[in-house]
Amino acid sequence: MSLKQISIFVENKPGKLCDVTELLAKHGIDMRALSLAETTDFGIVRIIADDVFKATTVLKDEGFIHNVSSVLGVAIPDEPGGLHRVLEVLREAGINVEYMYAFLGGKRVDHAYMIFRVEDNKAAVAALRVKGIRCVDQDEIADL
Amino acid sequence: MERYYQPEIECASREQIKAWQDERLVKQVQHVWDNVPYYRKKMEEKGLTPADIKSSDDLYKLPFLTKDDLRQAYPYGLMGKPLKDCVRIQSTSGTTGKRVVAFYTQHDIDLWEDCCARAIMAAGGTDEDVCQVSYGYGLFTGGPGLNGGSHKVGCLTIPTSSGNTERQIMFIQDLSATILCCTPSYAAYIGETMKEMGLTPDQIPLKAGIFGAEAWSEEMRQDIQNTLGIKAYDIYGLTELSGPGVSFECSEQTGMHINEDHFIAEIIDPVTGEVLPEGAKGELVFTSITKEAFPLLRYRTRDICTLSRKPCSCGRTHVRMSKPMGRSDDMLIIRGVNVFPSQIEAVLLNAGYPANYQIIIDRVKSTDTLDVQVEMTPEMFTDNMGEIKKRQSELEAGLRSMLGISARVVLVAPKTITRSEGKAVRVIDKRKI
Repeated sequence: MSLKQISIFVENKPGKLCDVTELLAKHGIDMRALSLAETTDFGIVRIIADDVFKATTVLKDEGFIHNVSSVLGVAIPDEPGGLHRVLEVLREAGINVEYMYAFLGGKRVDHAYMIFRVEDNKAAVAALRVKGIRCVDQDEIADL
Repeated sequence: MERYYQPEIECASREQIKAWQDERLVKQVQHVWDNVPYYRKKMEEKGLTPADIKSSDDLYKLPFLTKDDLRQAYPYGLMGKPLKDCVRIQSTSGTTGKRVVAFYTQHDIDLWEDCCARAIMAAGGTDEDVCQVSYGYGLFTGGPGLNGGSHKVGCLTIPTSSGNTERQIMFIQDLSATILCCTPSYAAYIGETMKEMGLTPDQIPLKAGIFGAEAWSEEMRQDIQNTLGIKAYDIYGLTELSGPGVSFECSEQTGMHINEDHFIAEIIDPVTGEVLPEGAKGELVFTSITKEAFPLLRYRTRDICTLSRKPCSCGRTHVRMSKPMGRSDDMLIIRGVNVFPSQIEAVLLNAGYPANYQIIIDRVKSTDTLDVQVEMTPEMFTDNMGEIKKRQSELEAGLRSMLGISARVVLVAPKTITRSEGKAVRVIDKRKI
């Protein structure tokens, strides 16, 4: 029950991020979510795409340094306290969040989605499931 | 009025200088033959014995020594005296990370300090002066050399060493320092800082500066002279030969007088090794004729310059060398420290990085900056920023420990490092020297 996140190395220079979006646009790849971590010299663009295979293939062909990692996607009711309930569960289970980012869900307007990077995906999924919190899989993301 | 530390030597006739050189060279060659098997072997390979060297006219026959010889003979292979007779080492970086270690007897230190004393007096120094030595003290020769010279002249010596600019300025102001010794870029930095503090040249007690260990331009000299209200003198030297004071500028500021009673200078064609006539541009080669512990014969400095024996109006008769105009190898001088691209490469490879790098040197606010651009690889890349930054700072620590100066590691995308004709351009020096 995890999602494939593609992380791409980009230099922190004018136009470099645009090179990435141009490539994805050209190949009709739809991004579901995106976050950026940056230093003064470089950044890491993290994306959730509808077609991971296609995206990584074109990135590789164009010589972009990238990797794929498993992250958790959690559907959260878009209401006050929604995120807090998820984090409480993770805290109780002793699971550290390395980073996270949010996006609002396509067809389901009443939901937001959070992407979590944790060390142990399985433990996190299990802890959330016990509390009735649902994780989304790649198909669901692609279908949004 | 021109002042001399040893006028009878500094202003000796050319004949007298030649006579000293002839006698000392013959003695030195015998000393090396008897005590340095490494060089004796080199002489034997050329079919030479000490009997072939009858005067300085025969110098050209002797084999060269290079930094590579120093590396191969590291650490004791070129010593001319047993360790029990040595009292000091000084050290500088070598081509592949092996440092150059030079040994000194007490007598060697004494002569070295004489050379530095000549430089200080040529800059107008007397026992009335307060001389602040802001070169680094330690393995680097700058601090110890000028410190010793300052003592010999009788100056009140302030051994501040380098760094802590606020404290440097405090001592200059509070103790009325009149002579400043440091790298030219540090002098410029001190000057700019004092200017920012609102100090005008006439409020600064300094009257002269002795600046060396790195290349600096005439424009930089003018800037330093104007900001600090001083006369700025150049000084030259190499750890291999002793340190600063191999040559120094007089009030004429038209080249540096080489202390020819201790060093014989030649200019050679860096490719053929042939000795070039006076005035020709080529590689500077030194033979130390008085050093006991580390007697180098025909040591190739890799510095490109010219020599002139035209009389100097300062009264000194010793040959003058121009400011070095470049190098015949790839050595860089950054913040006064010798840096070889191969050292940087060794650190990168050792840390598992590809040997695909570019070194970018610039001068920002009078301080040299060193950036090492490294191409990111799929193996090194992760989605975890912390991990990437950790590796980056580990690499920076590795470079600092190898080079002795700090470098910034910049991660760049693959294939962004400029290549010309398939060969990567390793060094981009943006400094305007």
